[in-house]
Amino acid sequence: MLSPEERHEIEAEIAHYPDKRAVCIDAMKVVQKHRGWVSDEALGDVAEFLGMSVDELDSVATFYNLIFRKPVGRHVIMVCDSVSCWLMGYDRVRDHLTSRLGIQLGETTPDGRFTLLPIVCLGTCDHAPAMMVDNELHRDLDAEKIDSILEQYK
Amino acid sequence: MEKVLTKDLQPGGMPLDLKGYEKAGGYQGLRKALKMTPKEVVEVIKNSGLRGRGGAGFPTGMKWSFVPTGKDAPHPKYLCANADEMEPGTFKDRLLMESTPHQLIEGMIVAAYAIEADVAYIFLRGEYIVAAERLRKALAEAYENNCLGKNILGSGYNLDMHLHLSGGRYMCGEETGLLNALEGKRANPRTKPPFPQTSGLFGKPTIVQNVETLCNIHHIVNNGPDWFKGLSKSDDGGTKIYGASGKVKRPGLWELPMGTTIREILEEHAGGMKEGLKFRGLLPGGASTDFLVEEHLDVKMDFNEVQKAGSRMGTGTMVVLDDRTCPVGMVHNLEHFFAQESCGWCTPCWSGLSWAEKMLKGLEEGQGQESDLDRLAFVCRFAAPGNTFCALAPGAVEPLQSALKYFREDFERHVREKRCPWR
Repeated sequence: MLSPEERHEIEAEIAHYPDKRAVCIDAMKVVQKHRGWVSDEALGDVAEFLGMSVDELDSVATFYNLIFRKPVGRHVIMVCDSVSCWLMGYDRVRDHLTSRLGIQLGETTPDGRFTLLPIVCLGTCDHAPAMMVDNELHRDLDAEKIDSILEQYK
Repeated sequence: MEKVLTKDLQPGGMPLDLKGYEKAGGYQGLRKALKMTPKEVVEVIKNSGLRGRGGAGFPTGMKWSFVPTGKDAPHPKYLCANADEMEPGTFKDRLLMESTPHQLIEGMIVAAYAIEADVAYIFLRGEYIVAAERLRKALAEAYENNCLGKNILGSGYNLDMHLHLSGGRYMCGEETGLLNALEGKRANPRTKPPFPQTSGLFGKPTIVQNVETLCNIHHIVNNGPDWFKGLSKSDDGGTKIYGASGKVKRPGLWELPMGTTIREILEEHAGGMKEGLKFRGLLPGGASTDFLVEEHLDVKMDFNEVQKAGSRMGTGTMVVLDDRTCPVGMVHNLEHFFAQESCGWCTPCWSGLSWAEKMLKGLEEGQGQESDLDRLAFVCRFAAPGNTFCALAPGAVEPLQSALKYFREDFERHVREKRCPWR
């Protein structure tokens, strides 16, 4: 069931559009903000709330990079693998993260602390290489800097 | 050299609030526009020669003139800011939205007024968290001060403006993909015609315009088309936010006269290549533009001149390749991006690009064959304009086709030596 808070936030978005189905991406983001990811059950609740079929909504959910249809860790690391970061050392950043966390891209640490995902260009190419952890952007990365950034997220 | 879009940039990049923005001359262009007729505003933009800054360079005023107006026009009409900056190597709109949110909002109100729009959306990348916060605050201020809402500044014009945060996909940057995404669908492209100007968002007349383009609108209304043309060093009017990334001494963004040469941007503003590295080539305006090389350094960065040199100005933010980086590896990285971001709608795109990616990976891993080079060239022809549903695949093969031309020897070495010579 959607919580009253989730319903309230989704309804605020519905007011901005002539068709309530238009907010389905926003609605899934609302759910994800509160729960970390969009489970089958949550997907069904959102679909019902917006008058869509579950399949229709899932086809939208799986199209977008920022909707998580699998559980994620407490913190999500999105490391940029696009061209400017690649030129400035993406391979080193990725290798450091995977060895430091002991997981590959797309995986979550066994303690549930971090999920590591690749992301496309973060639009901060003059400070490459870059990554986001949750809602925060981290730039000009090197091994030492990555270690101190990871320390900030418990 | 006159700065327009970045003149109010504050140290530290914090934006001006509405009061500060008005003190610096903000919302004057809007006041002036509201005293004109919408048709007059369209004429001013037409006469300025402004061309879209999102990459395609379509004349803005002409685009607006296709929107039905007057009593019989369908309503609501929509204006959408394309703030889905996802072209790899591009970071100019982030700067504009984070440091001058009111500038975008003012430009949008004037543009909306010109096409008699009722509702405007800012379609923003979901990853642009800071821009979202600052735009939300600026929108609230604009509503409080009657720059948005009913009877804007006593003019009788009504406009609502909302922020939409994208779910994240490169296809959302394509005009009709963006409209589908705003309607809560997969961001597949739509058939054209009908064009969005007559049948766009929710089937109503819609204009989609890049952030940098919109930021220019009220300045042009305020200062006139001749002033705008005078800012430039070329036939295309105005200033341009150019950028450079890669192994240059000072990567960054600079607002310069349109038509500044690649050499000036690269050597004077970006400071040239890092110590010990040599220049090999660059993508002039993001990932989906053809490589240019040494012989093109004196080309002016504007829509026509870069096209004459065999590429596109695109977003105007250059990605620079140095002599210690493998060009095949760089193109592999680019095609990986495009293959991943293809929406899967048409065959040359989903099939061609992933095929190209696989061959490039093979070359990098020492499994390439001589015939791969011909097959890569075939994919470039297969995905050319006219064969695909939208511009993604034709753009995607631009760096590949030009790399095959300018860096052929590097491709051949991968085949001959059965490894990447740069590793």
